[in-house]
Amino acid sequence: MTSGLWRLVLDGVWTTVQLLVFSALLATAVSFVVGVARTHRLWIVRFAAGFYTEVFRGTSALVMIFWVYFVLPLVTGWQLVPMWAGTLALGLTYGAYGSEIVRGALNAVDPAQKEGGIALGFTPWQRLRLIVLPQAVPETIPSFCNLLIELLKGTALVSAMGMGDLTFSANLVRLALQQSAEIYTYVLLIYFAIAFVLTRLMRSLEKRLKAGVGKDAGTFSAARELKRARTTGVEGRVA
Amino acid sequence: MSADTPLMKDPEPRAGTTAPGGELIRLEGVTKRFGTNTVLDDLDFTIDPGKHVTLIGPSGSGKTTILRLLMTLTQPDEGTITVDGQRLFPAPEKQVREVRKKIGMVFQQFNLFPNMSVLRNVTEAPVQVLGMSKDEAEARARELLELVGLADKCDARPTRLSGGQQQRVAIARALAMRPQVLLLDEVTSALDPELVAGVLDLLRDIARSTDITMLCVTHEMGFARDISDKVLMFDGGRVIESGSPEQIFSEPEQDRTREFLGAVL
Amino acid sequence: MKWDWNAVRDFMPHFWDGLLVTLEAVALGSLLSFSLGLVWTLLMRTPTRWVRWPVGVVTEFVRNTPLLVQLFFLFYVLPEWGLTFSALTTGVFAIGLHYSTYTMQVYRAGIEAVPVGQWEAATALNLPRQRTWTAVILPQAIRRVVPALGNYVIAMLKDTPMLMVITVLEMLGQARLYSQQHFQFTEPVTVIGAAFILISYLASLLMRALERRLVR
Repeated sequence: MTSGLWRLVLDGVWTTVQLLVFSALLATAVSFVVGVARTHRLWIVRFAAGFYTEVFRGTSALVMIFWVYFVLPLVTGWQLVPMWAGTLALGLTYGAYGSEIVRGALNAVDPAQKEGGIALGFTPWQRLRLIVLPQAVPETIPSFCNLLIELLKGTALVSAMGMGDLTFSANLVRLALQQSAEIYTYVLLIYFAIAFVLTRLMRSLEKRLKAGVGKDAGTFSAARELKRARTTGVEGRVA
Repeated sequence: MSADTPLMKDPEPRAGTTAPGGELIRLEGVTKRFGTNTVLDDLDFTIDPGKHVTLIGPSGSGKTTILRLLMTLTQPDEGTITVDGQRLFPAPEKQVREVRKKIGMVFQQFNLFPNMSVLRNVTEAPVQVLGMSKDEAEARARELLELVGLADKCDARPTRLSGGQQQRVAIARALAMRPQVLLLDEVTSALDPELVAGVLDLLRDIARSTDITMLCVTHEMGFARDISDKVLMFDGGRVIESGSPEQIFSEPEQDRTREFLGAVL
Repeated sequence: MKWDWNAVRDFMPHFWDGLLVTLEAVALGSLLSFSLGLVWTLLMRTPTRWVRWPVGVVTEFVRNTPLLVQLFFLFYVLPEWGLTFSALTTGVFAIGLHYSTYTMQVYRAGIEAVPVGQWEAATALNLPRQRTWTAVILPQAIRRVVPALGNYVIAMLKDTPMLMVITVLEMLGQARLYSQQHFQFTEPVTVIGAAFILISYLASLLMRALERRLVR
């Protein structure tokens, strides 16, 4: 492979990383807003949040990307740049999975903790911000780590729209060299390396957060495996 | 099932192959540790064929571990175990399989296979291990289930039965293998109180009418007194006293035994 | 812009064709992932490190890299190695392989959930190792894992549109083809979007019913 082709691949890596960061931020925001809304005391809020989750988990990420890219401009008249179209489609879809994680963690906080907050005269917002979330968030990290890896894999889908991410660059190199084994092997290895780095980052994040609420981090990979179903399926568990 | 149920026509056990007077089970220098905790400490004892031996003692004294060692569910750290003149530990896997055929076990939690019918729980091992034909195994299984008073439950799933019924199926399942030795591990501990008597009566019948060697761990002292030829009192991983049930229960020599019996009786 | 029902009507025959291919890919991909996953699980339980280690590395790799790139790899590289399959076969293989690395974890959890007493009873009855697996452990484990496996079937359904990139005409492929021929994007893409939501919702209801029946 020539240095020009490597340059192409590196540009692809940069696009993939940008897309990953933006869509991860959007997905996190959606996860917490929708997840908290699903534990809201008004049924209409819970219903709307639940409806959002069902719809966006039910759809296929690639179909969603197509829709945002081709249909949304026709409906709304906004032509999004590819980066934002990809961010929107991925963030909304993976945010729906993330909202399930947040909801599960909120429900797992000991009710006595909420009652403690009520006894101290906190407002619902203060209870959520000062008592419930700090305890719930560390528990979500192994699941969010799985989801982040799934999101990384999902970013490859934007190549189908012609966006110049890592996968797209691989296809260009294949066309240039007329051979595919080498470039696809490299690209798979790069994705794997990014996933590895992300896992490490999430693990240290969990340690820091857990230290903040005085808990032991435990084994990260075991926790991830246990929570795998929630981030990939429609909330499955092994009974 | 009550004590006056007519006993099986089936001559249950095979005659022991051991020469008269020889011992059936021998443990020598057996030590078992879990981490830093020594559960069995340089233990020696023997059991003669056809005898019914009961192990008593406070919980954690290693009684159940002895049964689990004999069933090869766990291995000792030191020592040797011999059954019917053949080495069980240490021994190659093939020999372990052979020797293990002589031993059956009934568990505290029954451990019936929930995915099989009651009848298949009893026929599975005779067909698979002893190579019995399916028809023969089923005929024998029906006899055994009749003996334990569950002839009408052949096609039921174990989970549909009461604890007492499940335990009786487990006893039939163990007997179906025609063991020379039957290990009984606190077989009534998981049962509701009103179901205990039925299971104990069944075991009394089996003890009386067969010459299977029995080794039981139990907290039912009345039962122990009825069926035992010998009682071993365990404490701290050692046998601190042994003798006939009359001796142990009426005039124990050790203070520890007296204390223990005072607490449980 | 306006919604054109005529376009929907014209697209529907293509939609049914695409649905059939999608369902075929899901069905075959599921079967493959269920069986391959079981193979991985059992290999991971062999006593030798020399089997466990490579299987662990390969499955970890497949699980952590995009299915889309794996599809490209199989579609373009296998012919270079002299192995030629139809696009759909390649797609089914890729989906089955990818999801087998998830089902293996489901099986593992299922096997570990079988009470240890079942192993002990099998030892006490002297059942041979293989018989213990096939007659005692696996039947109980599989019953426990059905709901989780079902959820992966739904996940596979939602990943089938990727097969479009290797020329398989499943639902999204049909929608794209129709769009390119008629310059009408909105209707076909919206129809299949709604179809995915509907099918996954119905499938998840089915899974919940199944879960209630199987897991007590």
